[in-house]
Amino acid sequence: MNFRLALALLVLPLPALAETPQQIRAAYASEAAATQPGFSAAAQRGERLFRQQFTVTAKMPSCTSCHTANPLQAGEHVVTGKAIRPLAVAANGERFTDPAKVEKWFGRNCKEVVGRACTPAEKADFVAYMSEVR
Amino acid sequence: MKAVFSLLTPLASLLLALPAQADRLPLPADTPPAYRAECGSCHLAYPPALLGANDWRQLMGKLDSHFGSDAAVNPEIGQKLTAFLVANAGNPNRTGAAGNPPRISQTTHFLKEHRKIPARFWSDPRVRSAANCEACHTNAANGRFSEHDIAIAELRR
Repeated sequence: MNFRLALALLVLPLPALAETPQQIRAAYASEAAATQPGFSAAAQRGERLFRQQFTVTAKMPSCTSCHTANPLQAGEHVVTGKAIRPLAVAANGERFTDPAKVEKWFGRNCKEVVGRACTPAEKADFVAYMSEVR
Repeated sequence: MKAVFSLLTPLASLLLALPAQADRLPLPADTPPAYRAECGSCHLAYPPALLGANDWRQLMGKLDSHFGSDAAVNPEIGQKLTAFLVANAGNPNRTGAAGNPPRISQTTHFLKEHRKIPARFWSDPRVRSAANCEACHTNAANGRFSEHDIAIAELRR
């Protein structure tokens, strides 16, 4: 009992502060599985999404407009020139560790670049790609 | 002698401090973390003193169409950020008119400070946009806008 309590105290505060990219990917994947039974996230599909030319706006036709074709590299905001730290987890350990931040930026960038909200399946794939790319 | 010194020192430090004031614009100590997170992700977390209170109110009221982007934030954060910007806004007599929609780079103050920059530098790939303070002002993120502290050698003074 004491051991369990101690363990709970140790473990409980962590998920509220930070998550791992795996946890964030799993959360989106299970959301996707609710409408697509058997769904499993795939880095390859995530990469396709990352490179796809949506051309909803002329200045930001794709994710790569700001994040560059190499997610291990730093990017640059295409309008303001502001430096953007790499998206890939291998190059930037802070990526995909804050679910609210991840959701916020999917919300903003999907709307602006893809022209609609991204689906949970697309988000799971995207996180998979960014977690695995080396 | 000592009395003269004690009188001179504050006077001298005041005189020395004056010229530096105009290009020292650090963010206030009580800047909400959301300011850097929300506004500072896409552009420099601009010093609030660079626009007047009414300009900030107008800008924050239309974040969903923010210079071609939907930069909307949740209403609670929006209110907090507006209150912060308004409380630390510049004197509109000093910033001057900012245009409609208000732009820091269209204020009388900004235009005057940058009047000697040849037009080609604004479209230089290193600069890209007048929104990109850090392209030239290396230490803009720390509120330092001195004309001696410029990344592009040809523009340094």
